[in-house]
Amino acid sequence: MIKTERGGRVEIQRERLLWIYERMKLIRSFEDAVAELFAAGRIPGFVHLYAGEEAIGVGIMAHLGDDDYITSTHRGHGHCIAKGVSVREMMAELFGKATGSNKGKGGSMHIADVGKGMLGANGIVGGGGPLAVGAGLTLKTLGKKGVTVCFFGDGAAEQGTMHEAMNLASIWKLPVVFVCENNLFAESTPWTYHASVKNIADRAAAYDMPGVVVPAHDVFAVYEVANEAVQRARRGEGPSLIEARGFRFYGHFQGDPLTYRTPEDEARWRAHDPLTLFRARVLDQEFLAEDALDEVDRQVATMIAEATNFAESSAYPADAALLEDVYVSYP
Amino acid sequence: MTTRQITFREAINDALRQEMRRDPTVIVMGEDVAGGASLEHIEGRQEEAWGGVLGVTKGLVQEFGRARVLDTPISESGYIGAAVGAAATGLRPVAELMFVDFFGVCMDQIYNQGAKLRYMFGGKATVPMVVRTMIGAGFRAAGQHSGSHYSVFTHMPGLKTVVPSTPADAKGLLAAAIRDNDPVIFFEHKLLYDVEGPVPDGEYVIPLGQADVKRVGDDVTVVAIGRMVPLALAAAEDLAKTHGIGVEVVDPRTLSPLDAPTILNSVRKTHRLVVVDEDNPRCSVAADLVALVASEALEYLDEAPKMVTAPHAVVPFSPVLEDLYVPSAERIGHVIRTLMGHEIGV
Repeated sequence: MIKTERGGRVEIQRERLLWIYERMKLIRSFEDAVAELFAAGRIPGFVHLYAGEEAIGVGIMAHLGDDDYITSTHRGHGHCIAKGVSVREMMAELFGKATGSNKGKGGSMHIADVGKGMLGANGIVGGGGPLAVGAGLTLKTLGKKGVTVCFFGDGAAEQGTMHEAMNLASIWKLPVVFVCENNLFAESTPWTYHASVKNIADRAAAYDMPGVVVPAHDVFAVYEVANEAVQRARRGEGPSLIEARGFRFYGHFQGDPLTYRTPEDEARWRAHDPLTLFRARVLDQEFLAEDALDEVDRQVATMIAEATNFAESSAYPADAALLEDVYVSYP
Repeated sequence: MTTRQITFREAINDALRQEMRRDPTVIVMGEDVAGGASLEHIEGRQEEAWGGVLGVTKGLVQEFGRARVLDTPISESGYIGAAVGAAATGLRPVAELMFVDFFGVCMDQIYNQGAKLRYMFGGKATVPMVVRTMIGAGFRAAGQHSGSHYSVFTHMPGLKTVVPSTPADAKGLLAAAIRDNDPVIFFEHKLLYDVEGPVPDGEYVIPLGQADVKRVGDDVTVVAIGRMVPLALAAAEDLAKTHGIGVEVVDPRTLSPLDAPTILNSVRKTHRLVVVDEDNPRCSVAADLVALVASEALEYLDEAPKMVTAPHAVVPFSPVLEDLYVPSAERIGHVIRTLMGHEIGV
């Protein structure tokens, strides 16, 4: 049994623990690699990086399978990786290559893999809330056991769509788990300014659903609350709201000047690195051996190098792709 | 195929029933589409449920139940977005946006999500959904319940747009829209709901992207949309009797995709074009059709093309002003006579 920072206990098998570490490490390494590639001008456009928030996506996705859906945010790479989307295809997508998960036509802000139940990052803040309700409606209407997890940021918490979505999910008792990733700033605007409440999770009361705040750096605590919310949804008892409060290591977008946070704040939050904390915890309590973790680190480094090579060496889309897939059919 | 004389409203209801019987993944959702059916005192007396504000979906909840005929809160972003999410995961939702003017509160879900998902995901998503919505002036409902606005949606890649003008077309085109694998916006003119016409019994589907020549004529092509079709036909009958003018009336039926060949072939035959459109004129379907003919068939035109449209104005409340706003059969007739050089001495 592993103690969580909320005071609870979770039991996670060794194999699952290794999976959790591998996914978190893969997200961190992917984002660090993307930061470098972006700075070097090899990735076009904009990237919003998930480093620092790994424990949220992985702690939640540890309870999901391919038959479950998620909707995501601007900061969607971590959700993709935790949901099992290929990092090769993801990296190729960020490069705008034809081999990308979206054939190079979505990029970072729309990265998706519907086959894996990943219904897309979203360039519209709060855009995913109604989509998650729809996926939940499909599951309920067709009598399936799956759940839908709707990730949204603290910025999206102030969008009308999120309020409409939570109300709909509640009145229709849909199998949806709303996960607010409160990383303290909507772009540069502090959440203490933009939110009317002390906890975004307090708003759950307005939709007659359970709401809970969890530290975003403690994957075990996220795992614990996610288990309750996902099981509740699977039992047909309706939606829940989880607010995971934490910190993004990079800016809102890569290259953002970060003038809105102090070096002291940054140092304080960086001391809560979810990967470091995970390692310390599992080694201290001898759930996993250091060798096993080091081996994961090596495998992840190989995967990232391989993904980057794949992306670099892949071809750009052919000109004809410009007009493909606007429609399924258009006479 | 046997036909029945039914209203435009009943034809739409017929198509919904037909497709819901055929495919269990088809659901209907929107404000009051069941209509009070969730109230306890109406349980067991569901025939009293509204079935939409103008009764178009009446009776569906009795046959298909509340799980497939979903009343929604007044949350257009929420439930139209939910229709997008449901479509992307295996249902075929038919969401009702009560009046098209309300697109202002949910366009992000229609356009940034519904219309773009497939393209942005590299073709790995399909969004087979329909948004049914009421259009049109003439109901004394003023600025926020009377617009047409199909031009806005026709502009947008990823959406298909359908504007039926007869009960039979409404049935056949709605069935096609529901079976279509792309998002379709289906525009229903509220003044057509009580119009009767022969509608084929049983399964009836009209492919999207096929215009229909509603009246054959040799002298002038009138392309008319939605409720403007019966007005153009009335003008055409009158001109045939009074002036011997042969008006060909072409109904595009779907604006996206557009059946350009049928329109161009008609103009190549008649050498004259009038477009009749109740939508506002700037950046509109009417302007688009004139541009199409000007760029593809200019050499066939004997006269400059004409547009008969609503003005660049908001739909007014006062009956006097509203009647002035909407193109009439008289105005259409006047423009055609002018184009034919018959105006002098009339």
